[in-house]
Amino acid sequence: MSVYQISIFLENRAGQLAEVTRVLADHSIDMRAISIAEISDYGVLRLIVDDAEKATFILHQHGFILSMTPVSVVSVPDEIGGLAPVLEALAKGHMDVEYMYSLFTHKDGMAYMVFRIEDEAKFAELLRPYRIKLADKDELGLK
Amino acid sequence: MANYYQPEIETASREQILAWQNERLVKQVQHVWDNVPYYRRKMEEKGLTPDDIQGVDDLHKLPFLSKADLRDAYPYGLKGVPLSECVRIHSTSGTTGRRVVAFYTQHDIDLWEDCCARAIVAAGGTKDDVVQVAYGYGLFTGGSGLHGGSHRVGCLTLPMSSGNTERQLQFMTDLEATILCCTPSYAAYLAESIQEAGLSDKIKLKAGIFGAEAWSEEMRRDIEKGLGIKAYDIYGLTETSGPGVAYECCEQTGMHINEDHFIAEIIDPETGEVLPEGSKGELVFTAITKEAFPLLRYRTRDICVLTRKPCSCGRTHVKMSKPMGRSDDMLIIKGVNVFPSQIETVLLEQGYPANYQLIVDRVNHSDTLEVLVEMQLNKFSDSLADIHNEEKKLIAALKTMLGIYAKVRIVSPKSITRSEGKAVRIIDKRKI
Repeated sequence: MSVYQISIFLENRAGQLAEVTRVLADHSIDMRAISIAEISDYGVLRLIVDDAEKATFILHQHGFILSMTPVSVVSVPDEIGGLAPVLEALAKGHMDVEYMYSLFTHKDGMAYMVFRIEDEAKFAELLRPYRIKLADKDELGLK
Repeated sequence: MANYYQPEIETASREQILAWQNERLVKQVQHVWDNVPYYRRKMEEKGLTPDDIQGVDDLHKLPFLSKADLRDAYPYGLKGVPLSECVRIHSTSGTTGRRVVAFYTQHDIDLWEDCCARAIVAAGGTKDDVVQVAYGYGLFTGGSGLHGGSHRVGCLTLPMSSGNTERQLQFMTDLEATILCCTPSYAAYLAESIQEAGLSDKIKLKAGIFGAEAWSEEMRRDIEKGLGIKAYDIYGLTETSGPGVAYECCEQTGMHINEDHFIAEIIDPETGEVLPEGSKGELVFTAITKEAFPLLRYRTRDICVLTRKPCSCGRTHVKMSKPMGRSDDMLIIKGVNVFPSQIETVLLEQGYPANYQLIVDRVNHSDTLEVLVEMQLNKFSDSLADIHNEEKKLIAALKTMLGIYAKVRIVSPKSITRSEGKAVRIIDKRKI
């Protein structure tokens, strides 16, 4: 619980993404996941970083428009078919996924997926029969 | 050869024109004094009574009217007759969203249509012609004006309105239209569509009457070549009735102002001082025959030059050059008046900051408007769909205000140059 993603408004313009990564690097912030949703002129950059609060503060200071969004992170075996039960569970429970993407992090044979869903408690409940758990900040080494 | 609709008027002597103007101005000032309290107050503030205006020489004494007056007096304050005498309105956008509403009596419409008929006949129109009116119909004056003029000449009138190019081409070819009336940009677009469809051989057009937006001589040549016609300019504004205030003759060197209905002056836009003939300045019109919306000394904000040099067409009415610019920040986009202040109003209403930029361009002979606004926290969402919905709401609100589609581009915060001295709000890339 309480894994926060940073969502940043980006105009589709050369150098916009580079500026974000440069600012984060300059402040020793480690990026764990990155995803971009975009339409023709602009997009939303979604990041999981090791210190979301610090990153938000710094990016805000650099003039970016951004928000922190709670997301659910699921650990799945890093093997063929590892993700399938999670999506089956969601389908059975008629839960909509707004979007999902993967973390760079791999640990003890596990891979991590980020989900944006309405109701995290219900999500955890649906996953229980599959013995799949939601990862917390400690497991992911996030502040 | 010159063609006239009302030869006794169009080729009247200067003395005759002046006599009409003197007589009609005196009468009109009395009419306004008696029936338009808003203007009467303006006259009283200057210590004027109708007795002070004995003819055109006294015109300069009268106070000006501007778009701001039309806004203040909205909707009925400048109306000169009871509503029961009015038969129609037309409307155009005003400076801050409040629209300009102009009223017409049947007599006003008759005279307006005569003016448009003069333009059609000057372009070679006779009762044997088929006139395709592809100006918008409705509140916009373009459609109704040329439609009425075409009826007066006795032409077969195709009331197409604007848009639906496929249908335009079908009627143009099947009914063998000979005169096309629309905006110059739409004429250019039709010319391209005709070429693309390989219909050039089936086009019987001989002339076009194009107005409501700025166009260059180069564009004229392109249209003339593309459609195989002679292209005539026409000028007007809703406040003074609509198209037909002035129109081009076969000489194509400026537009004859219908001086039996309008007195034209050129003023210095800064001081309001009347400038001598041949000076470049702001065009001011006094409508001397209009009943329902009798505007005296209305500042058009169009910059142009007047000339009374004799014209080879035989017409004696003064000629105005194509407008060379504006003395305010109004933009004419797709023939529609757009004020930056209107866009600002919409942005503020929709919760956006007033820091914006307008990019106007002409793509394939058609005007485009793009509004750049900065993303800000209260409009931001993690969901792209939410942002997109906000954008659509803004586009709809702009459409409601302006009457035309404006593309919205949401840009990074602080990426629009802030006022360093003077803000660059408008980038007009059109080469006219």
